[in-house]
Amino acid sequence: MSTASVPLPAWINYGVIPLLNLVLAFFFSGLVVWAIGENPFEALQLLLIGALGRGEGIGFTLFYTTSFIFTGLSVAVAIHAGLFNIGSEGQAYLGGLGAALVALSLDHYVPWYVTMPFAVFGAALFGAACAAIPAWLQAKRGSHIVITTIMFNFIVSSLMNYVLVRVLIVPGKMAPETRTFLPGGQLPKLDWLISMFGGKLGAAPLNFSFLIALVMCFLVWVLIWRTRLGYEMRTLGISPSAASYAGIPYAKIVMITMLISGGLAGMMALNPVMGASARLQIEFVGGAGFVGIAVSLMGRNHPVGIILSALLFGILYQGGAELSFDMPKITRDMIVVIQGMVILFAGALEYMLRPAIVRFYQQAVGGK
Amino acid sequence: MDYFDILISILGSAIRLSVPLLFTALAGLFSERAGIFDIGLEGKMLASAFASACVAYWTGNAWLGLLAGIGISIVFSLVHGFASITNRGNQIVSGVALNFVAAGLTIVLGQAWFNQGGRTGQVPAEGRFSSIVLPGADAVRDVPIIGPLYANVISGNNILTYIAFLMVPVSWWVLYRTRFGLRLRAVGENPGAVDTAGISVSWLRYRALIVAGFLCGFSGTYLAIAQSAAFINNMSAGKGYIALAALIFAKWKPVPVMLACLLFGFLDAFANFMQGKSVPLLGEVPVQIFQALPYILTCVLLAGFIGIARPPKAGGVPYTKER
Repeated sequence: MSTASVPLPAWINYGVIPLLNLVLAFFFSGLVVWAIGENPFEALQLLLIGALGRGEGIGFTLFYTTSFIFTGLSVAVAIHAGLFNIGSEGQAYLGGLGAALVALSLDHYVPWYVTMPFAVFGAALFGAACAAIPAWLQAKRGSHIVITTIMFNFIVSSLMNYVLVRVLIVPGKMAPETRTFLPGGQLPKLDWLISMFGGKLGAAPLNFSFLIALVMCFLVWVLIWRTRLGYEMRTLGISPSAASYAGIPYAKIVMITMLISGGLAGMMALNPVMGASARLQIEFVGGAGFVGIAVSLMGRNHPVGIILSALLFGILYQGGAELSFDMPKITRDMIVVIQGMVILFAGALEYMLRPAIVRFYQQAVGGK
Repeated sequence: MDYFDILISILGSAIRLSVPLLFTALAGLFSERAGIFDIGLEGKMLASAFASACVAYWTGNAWLGLLAGIGISIVFSLVHGFASITNRGNQIVSGVALNFVAAGLTIVLGQAWFNQGGRTGQVPAEGRFSSIVLPGADAVRDVPIIGPLYANVISGNNILTYIAFLMVPVSWWVLYRTRFGLRLRAVGENPGAVDTAGISVSWLRYRALIVAGFLCGFSGTYLAIAQSAAFINNMSAGKGYIALAALIFAKWKPVPVMLACLLFGFLDAFANFMQGKSVPLLGEVPVQIFQALPYILTCVLLAGFIGIARPPKAGGVPYTKER
């Protein structure tokens, strides 16, 4: 008998299977570490100490987590409507331009809490704009959203390259970046959050956008599971033909979903641009958009899962950076390998273990 | 004559830049016509570039390098197949995963083995594919127009370039004139029908992926030990995605794939040439426009403004036998 249709209890589906997949991903990553002649367990220990051992480490971990929550939400919202948005990277990049333009024009005149709402809006607007054309192409012309969003990652990359090298660059400077924003265009650091737990933030760039990210998690949860729009999105995601029979307008839902998804990706830019470096730099997204895919898959497209898996990737990013100091043979790019393994085992091979687990489960239940 | 010399040099570099695209796009052609989306082309290219550079460095033999490049590329293809055919996972997720694994692994291993910031060692001359001067190239060099075209564009490339262009008719023949090709195309359109005819859908798709891995191995090898003499950190630099764009731009057909790759190679060469030069009336045209042009053109095509790009019908859908 086929095992695919056997229902499993939620704690296996959402607990045991993802955990086992994660263990497999780490096992294979450990093999790589072992193959280059280091001790995987020692590496893991160093990684965890680097990420969680001190207040500063935790600050960095949560800083990365913030970015990944935004991009993870972006991917998840699209997946609920059956759309694979691979363009969060480009949408976040363009979102940075929106945030930077707001910061550059307001930072002379008003304090940060006046700039912030405009910056959130600007970042979301630019991110959504970047998603708009692929969305329209999918909705009206039937072009595959995966392909068009990939194309837009590259188009945005060229565009931002042009804007930073030719337009926004500080005259006389070599580095393709904007001027540093004044405090009116920066998001404050969250020293108090870390000191509440007795740590010291130090140089870590954990900032106000962390709180914005948490608010967005709540809003996404409300949107997906507590609104009519979210219901329509999920219907479309599960069965486009059922959605069509139910009178749910395909083109409209696709457009709205992708605009929200792009907007969330765009907001990710608040964290590095206005929170950390206080200027718009070239390639500042640094792959966070792609990490969002892994985060969303690991987190089963649910905001709570996304927070947890964003935290996991935050730990990997910060811990991996520390690890590369302690074990020079392991470069930072080890994180990329782990990330790939996680996407492979938690995403593409998600059902690999299921038949075995079903058999095991049936035996255990039947044996009682 | 000055302009003609410039044209010749741009054409020559367009050919060289289009070769990796051509191998990769043909690889994508096989897997996508069989109904398997292949976002992982970029990763396969990168991994094969790394493997070929390592082996060519250690053995000093370019052909062994090529073999290693092809081998690792096929391994990546098989992992993709295991995830997306055997386990019916999401093909796009699997491709994205392989791209990450390749991007990370090449740097981690490269750093551990060579300790040069992600570079491999310099491959010696005999470990590379050097350029071949075709017979008569020097004799006809002075013939107007045809002479320089033959001597500088057609002759003087390395063996992989000629293999790349040879692969175009070969791919066409395999896809359209063999039983394997017919079945491969059928499985990308209607796997149910193929299954009904008693042919294994999985095995057919696995074979398509092996062919894709084989072709993609050439492209990475070309980058590492024909165009340059070492593997460099993130060497493929998005070429796998441009190849994917070329494949779509060519509407999943072999000969148009070649033309699209040549067009995108030409744009790349032209962008390099235009860097810092000014055009009459327009002034200096930003290079970024040329860099973005392949992607913009593909989107315009996908929008249905230049004919219709119709992908294989069963693309991206895992095949489930009836339960």
